[in-house]
Amino acid sequence: MGSKFVEKGAARGAPAGPEPAASSELRTDGSRWEGLEETREFRELMAARWRFVLPATIFFLAYYFALPILNGVAPDLMRTRVIGSVNIAYLFALSEFFMAWILAWLYIRRANTVFDRLAEAVRRRGGAAFRRGQR
Amino acid sequence: MNLTLVLFLIVVAITLGITGWAARRARTTVQFWAAGRSIKGWQNGLAIAGDYMSAASFLGIAGLIAFNGYDGFMYSVGWLVAYLLVLFVIAEPMRNTGNFTMADVLAYRMRPAPVRSAAAVATIAISASYMMAQMVGAGSLIKILIPGLDAALKPFFAWSLFGVKLDPSITMVGLLMMIYVIVGGMVATTWVQIVKAVMLMTGAVILTLMVLIFFSFNLGAFFDSVAGVKDKATGLPFTDPGILYQYGKTRVWGADKALLENVSLGMALILGTAGLPHILMRFFTVPDGKAARNSVGWAMGLIGTFYIMTTFLGFGAAVLVGKANICAKVVNGKCASAPNNNLSVPRLADFLGNHFFGTIGGEFLLAFIAAVAFATILAVVAGLTLAASGAFSHDFYVNVIRTHLFHGKVSEREQVLVARITAALVGVLAIFLASATGASTNAAALVAGLAFVVASSAALPVILFTLFWKRFNTWGAVAGLLGGTIATIVCYILGPGFSVNPPKNPIFPLANVGIVTIPFGFICAIVFTYLGELVSVDRLAEQKFHEIDVRANTGLGAEGSATAMAGGE
Repeated sequence: MGSKFVEKGAARGAPAGPEPAASSELRTDGSRWEGLEETREFRELMAARWRFVLPATIFFLAYYFALPILNGVAPDLMRTRVIGSVNIAYLFALSEFFMAWILAWLYIRRANTVFDRLAEAVRRRGGAAFRRGQR
Repeated sequence: MNLTLVLFLIVVAITLGITGWAARRARTTVQFWAAGRSIKGWQNGLAIAGDYMSAASFLGIAGLIAFNGYDGFMYSVGWLVAYLLVLFVIAEPMRNTGNFTMADVLAYRMRPAPVRSAAAVATIAISASYMMAQMVGAGSLIKILIPGLDAALKPFFAWSLFGVKLDPSITMVGLLMMIYVIVGGMVATTWVQIVKAVMLMTGAVILTLMVLIFFSFNLGAFFDSVAGVKDKATGLPFTDPGILYQYGKTRVWGADKALLENVSLGMALILGTAGLPHILMRFFTVPDGKAARNSVGWAMGLIGTFYIMTTFLGFGAAVLVGKANICAKVVNGKCASAPNNNLSVPRLADFLGNHFFGTIGGEFLLAFIAAVAFATILAVVAGLTLAASGAFSHDFYVNVIRTHLFHGKVSEREQVLVARITAALVGVLAIFLASATGASTNAAALVAGLAFVVASSAALPVILFTLFWKRFNTWGAVAGLLGGTIATIVCYILGPGFSVNPPKNPIFPLANVGIVTIPFGFICAIVFTYLGELVSVDRLAEQKFHEIDVRANTGLGAEGSATAMAGGE
């Protein structure tokens, strides 16, 4: 019953958050997910994700806020012209775009190779427990 | 016949054609809300770009740069970098665990009735302020660019409703968006957004190229002439920061006010995008998490390219047209009305067309850019209508009232019917409110100052905690959603607000309230999670965390595209 419950909820487009039915059913359902959560594959996936996402997020937030803060704190520095009339403030702002593109590209590349492979391994394990739901 | 009017009608004809084609693909709930989950990654990338880049981006940012130089560019930077957060922690988990709306993800772990109701409140607050800004903008734009149309429609609007006279231009935009959504659902909305994204990119590329050709592709000369434009009040050249945010002038809370405003704005821009319901909704239209991720990549490429071009459009208008010549009424090459920065891009188009191809060229390019702006607004308001009606009908009516209160089952047919009815109600309400507020609204400020702040103060903390914090519970979710929304609205009303003529000494000193309300939203969610535990332990929320954790990260059990599903059943 547990597995059927999961598929139906999603497949029908009915209320997505499967609402709590009988509590016994829920517990079996919950413990299955918990089991999957503790598999080596899933732990590896999470470790790999966070290893990328955490430093990348800290970096982009720091890089992003450096721009308005420097503009406010050190306006003379930011107004310094480096190439003709182009100043540091404009080049910094422009570099934010390339920073965002490069980080996005790195993430997508990592996800398409590493994360997807690990997620697939978890899904295969889960597939045995849930019969279907491979995607 | 007026050339602008012809191009407007072509845009209307194309979008209505799409809607007619999509009508047969909007019958089931998964078709109506999620386009059958069959939108390809790159298509969704275009649609996200079309959903996201509003009139505030196209006309608003370029206008800010044209009038205030460099500082306007800060919006462009924030609105692109924001997508990194969407890519890293939002897009795939959303697709893997959600169904049609943001609240679906929350209701996974939490008690559905309270979180869905609270999420509906936040969603409607975000969509309503966003939509108002777009519609008011559309109204004034149409009046200026095709005065004939507004005048011709006027006799049909000679009556008033509850003392409010409906605005013909706003009503027209409202009716079109209602038709797209009601008849064609998400399929029509998606394709209208894709068409708009292509038009917008084309328009921006053409204008940027023409600016560059004007300067014979000599970027040095271009920036030299931008630096030659000086701001009257501060004396700074337009390439320098400090014109819009006058640093070191006033102090608030022991810090530089301009710096606080700028950082506060940045927080809302960068965190708000990940909580916008109409953007989150787009991730439910693709087949799987991988497509959701790739669509963000496509969107970032387009959005970033566009936002870099805003400097060429804005600086170009500052140099070639000049602040003094950007207004609604130009008589003999001189301004006969007050300067209006939203018209910088149209005036730039007029100038460039004239310069390269003579009077007819100017008229044509102006008409084309006006049509692009019109399509831009239509695509965004359609996405917003869909998100708001999702909150009303899917979250509130179907899942709270019918399923929870009356324990009823709601058939597919009824769900789609209710979705259509709520879309109509949302549309009528938006037309009414936008007509009532009228031109006293500063559109770009309203979007960035209110919609993005509610999204980052109310929606984002709750989404993040639902996905990543095991201990998070229903109490915290409801408190975060309502606390963030209410705090934003209160600070906003007490602050300088969105009026064109702000009050002198508002109680809340900053126009950008995010620096206070975003931490407040997060704190509300955390504090009430612990307080709630004292009242009653939300065991379900903790148990379900294991499920959402596995699902969000692996896509296990997520529903595939509609076609794949039909084969599987």
